Amino acid sequence: MTPQVRSTPELPLVVKMRTRGLSVFYGEKQAVHEVDLEVGVNQVLALIGPSGCGKSTFLRSLNRMNDTVDGVRVLGEVDLDGRPIYGPDVDPVVVRRHVGMVFQRSNPFPKSIFDNVAYGLRIAGMRDKAELALRVEKALRHAALWDEVKDRLFESGLGLSGGQQQRLCIARALAVEPEVLLMDEPASALDPIATARLEDLISELRAELTIVIVTHNMQQAARVSQRTAFFYMGKLVEVGETQRMFTRPKEQATEDYISGRFG
Amino acid sequence: MSDAASSKSSGAARTLDLRRRPRRFERIAEAAIVAVALLSIVSVALILVFVGKEALPVLYSSVVHEEVTPLAMILPREINGHAAYLWQPVSEIPKYNIVPLFLGSLKVTVVALLFAVPTSVAAAVYCAEYASSRMREFLKPAIELMAGVPSVVAGFFALVVLASWIQRAFGTEHRLNAMVAGLGLAFATCPVIFSVSEDALRAVPQSYRTAALALGSTPTQALLRVILPAALPGIGAGVMLGFGRAIGETLIVVLASGNAALVDLNLGHSTRTVTATIAQELGEVVVGSAHYHVLFALGALLFLVTFVVNVITERALHRSRQSLSGSK
Repeated sequence: MTPQVRSTPELPLVVKMRTRGLSVFYGEKQAVHEVDLEVGVNQVLALIGPSGCGKSTFLRSLNRMNDTVDGVRVLGEVDLDGRPIYGPDVDPVVVRRHVGMVFQRSNPFPKSIFDNVAYGLRIAGMRDKAELALRVEKALRHAALWDEVKDRLFESGLGLSGGQQQRLCIARALAVEPEVLLMDEPASALDPIATARLEDLISELRAELTIVIVTHNMQQAARVSQRTAFFYMGKLVEVGETQRMFTRPKEQATEDYISGRFG
Repeated sequence: MSDAASSKSSGAARTLDLRRRPRRFERIAEAAIVAVALLSIVSVALILVFVGKEALPVLYSSVVHEEVTPLAMILPREINGHAAYLWQPVSEIPKYNIVPLFLGSLKVTVVALLFAVPTSVAAAVYCAEYASSRMREFLKPAIELMAGVPSVVAGFFALVVLASWIQRAFGTEHRLNAMVAGLGLAFATCPVIFSVSEDALRAVPQSYRTAALALGSTPTQALLRVILPAALPGIGAGVMLGFGRAIGETLIVVLASGNAALVDLNLGHSTRTVTATIAQELGEVVVGSAHYHVLFALGALLFLVTFVVNVITERALHRSRQSLSGSK
């Protein structure tokens, strides 16, 4: 905030994912324009920007979820640990086992809590009941949900509260032990208390994995992320350490957005 | 309008008129709609009352009991030293055993569902999950149009074409048999099961699909482990409707079943269903005779069977819907 630290160089980044010239088209319409962005390992990267700025579309191209939508075309490169995930011999199904995702609206399957969390392990071929139980418990503990559900593991996941459902979805994503977790406005349907729990959880999870989170909530971005990227009209306007982005943005558009002048 | 304008301009002196307005047209329209709705419910109820009234004499009427008792309708009759279930209402000694008829209905319905359920559900899965939207827009109405084929046409097709194919393929003893009638019925049943199942699959929230894919499911894993289980209550309801359609269908079985009231489980033998029996005999029967009342009893029993099956499945579906949604 003080002028003399203005020139502090940003800390060097250990890159987990990197995009180069990433463009996404819905049919003729271009939603993301040639984005170059790096995601640092064991960091939370927040993507902010007004609705329709392409941040969610960008997020979905990081685990090839865009492939599942008709008429979407992705150009450019995305690397995970230096390997191109859009390469010709890459299986998007395998990519998604390494890069998990949590959605805006919690979407547990109409199955028991246990079966929800075990889903990813089972489809990956795990049959051993004892091992499944172990991994389910671990994932639920990780998602800070274990104590609340340990006595009702075999009841439907849909019987949980909204915040619990969202943590169940996080547990489900964590169970397969992904390296990167993508979160698309994970708290937008939650009340303030559930949101606070979720933010604590995100901060804890960072120790073990890399997180990219889309959020409309500036305070949330400031609280949970180490780096922030500002998107506007499908373009990456500015990216940097969160603290600097929120105090001394380089671009006028970033400052206008963060201070609530538009968006 | 001028009132409103003037009262507005008069400012503080204005008082709001909140009294009830007479709305005669509203009331007439509402009464007319209720009357029409009641009429349809009452007429259905009256049909039931009529069938029941004509069926009940089987239990108490001496006229009927001179020819047949309720017990004789289900127990076998001793003939030449061995037991037989006989439906021979117009012989010298009329025999009214209903076992062969219900067995016949069961045989053709089972054949119809064995064929119709897998094919229709598979078609629904293809349509809802794999087909492009253009393909789907063509396919769905095309299959549903099958429901509009008059059953006499389907029955005729089964009688002339299907029967020959099946005889050639399986070398069946009788040309017209339970298999031919069942497959003919499947023709009428498929569109019903298909249509309801397809709707059920399409009603599965897209979010289940994306969640499954985001967890690294292949599309087939997502289908088998998430989407199909979630759609199961709806698919069950479709099968239910298909069962009702199959067991109640008449003309196709009249034409294609061979109409011999035999008691065996051989699908290659001719068979006679409850519906076909009522359709063919009721027109010839003396009103008020034992035969007449027995035919009505058949109808009432058939209704009872479908009703009971409906209630049981509806309960099961309700339970599975609840367990899916997490409510107790």
